[in-house]
Amino acid sequence: MYDCIIIGGGPAGLSAAIQLRRRNRSVLVVSNPAAQNPLSKAEKIDNYLGLPGLTGAELLERFQQHAEDAGVEFKTGRVISTMAFDGWMLNVGAEVYQAKALILAAGVTRAAKYPGEQELLGHGVSYCATCDGMLYRKKPVVVVGRSADAPQEANYLAEIGCQVTYVSPQQPKGLNPEIPYVKANRLAVEGEGSVEALTADGAKLPCQGVFILRDSVAPTDLIPGLETEGGYIKVNRHMETSVSGVFAAGDCTGKPLQVSKAVGEGLVAGDSADKFLD
Amino acid sequence: MAVKHFDDVSFKAAAAQGGVMLVDFWADWCGPCRMLAPVIDQLADEYEGKVIVGKVNVDDEPELAAAYGVMSIPNIVILKDGKEADRLIGVQPKGNFTAKLDAVLGK
Repeated sequence: MYDCIIIGGGPAGLSAAIQLRRRNRSVLVVSNPAAQNPLSKAEKIDNYLGLPGLTGAELLERFQQHAEDAGVEFKTGRVISTMAFDGWMLNVGAEVYQAKALILAAGVTRAAKYPGEQELLGHGVSYCATCDGMLYRKKPVVVVGRSADAPQEANYLAEIGCQVTYVSPQQPKGLNPEIPYVKANRLAVEGEGSVEALTADGAKLPCQGVFILRDSVAPTDLIPGLETEGGYIKVNRHMETSVSGVFAAGDCTGKPLQVSKAVGEGLVAGDSADKFLD
Repeated sequence: MAVKHFDDVSFKAAAAQGGVMLVDFWADWCGPCRMLAPVIDQLADEYEGKVIVGKVNVDDEPELAAAYGVMSIPNIVILKDGKEADRLIGVQPKGNFTAKLDAVLGK
């Protein structure tokens, strides 16, 4: 059981983590690999006070080193679901972690849901190959690859005996060459009561399961009752969300989507989580 | 009251007895199922004498899981007199389960 789990390893999450460590709290940061962080793709960050001229990747590396030195623990992976129970329980892939408080700092999720996705979630649509894959052995499934690790998850499904087709807008890296790949962008999940097919740019791919693998699960899907405003998580000046014990910081709370703002909010969220833990 | 672990035979026998039953379809490789396990245990205690609370391992009982259309786990089916009355899929707060159970019990 950690004092606090932080979802997201960007500037906001790491700033919150360092602040909590300064208050001697145990902290786990769950995030995608640093290379997938949008900051690491920024050519130059010139408005971060005192450290001009660094690339986004360099800045992120410094933040990470700082957090590591402060005793923050890290876990690479995607949070699939959470549950309030004696604090919070989180699924990272198929593993379970526990914490007394949560900080949401996973940036902005740009992906809108596909037609049919919400209606058939749990009836053939899944966000977690390692969770539900075994139920689809010997059955046709489609993996919708919208994250860097999606090819590995597709390979896993093929290994355990699913008949996998991989669909994504770009040629995937690391996909088992025996898995058929369909290049498509406009998708819809079809079926009455359970999944019957995925329509990919007009072509119908019959299947019983559709695994939709994005970089992150939308925070409103993770935390029941989480209020949003204009597509961003609603917070007050203490970075408290509408759910007790859950704080948010950084891009996920709204514009400007800037490093300085994220770092400042992270500090406030860390402080507020510390007070909550008292 | 402890949670019952059903196989095909004991499940059908329990369903045939009538009354209200809550069945958690799960597997040991499923993280969300492990997360939900303490909630299911609490429900077994709190609804002792009113609801039969049990689990079905989908690896051991694939036909039973298929018969109930289990396509994602945890998958919690509430039965009344042997017929499906309601269902909850995925990890959810305990209140969702108690609300559905109370509704089926006619509270």
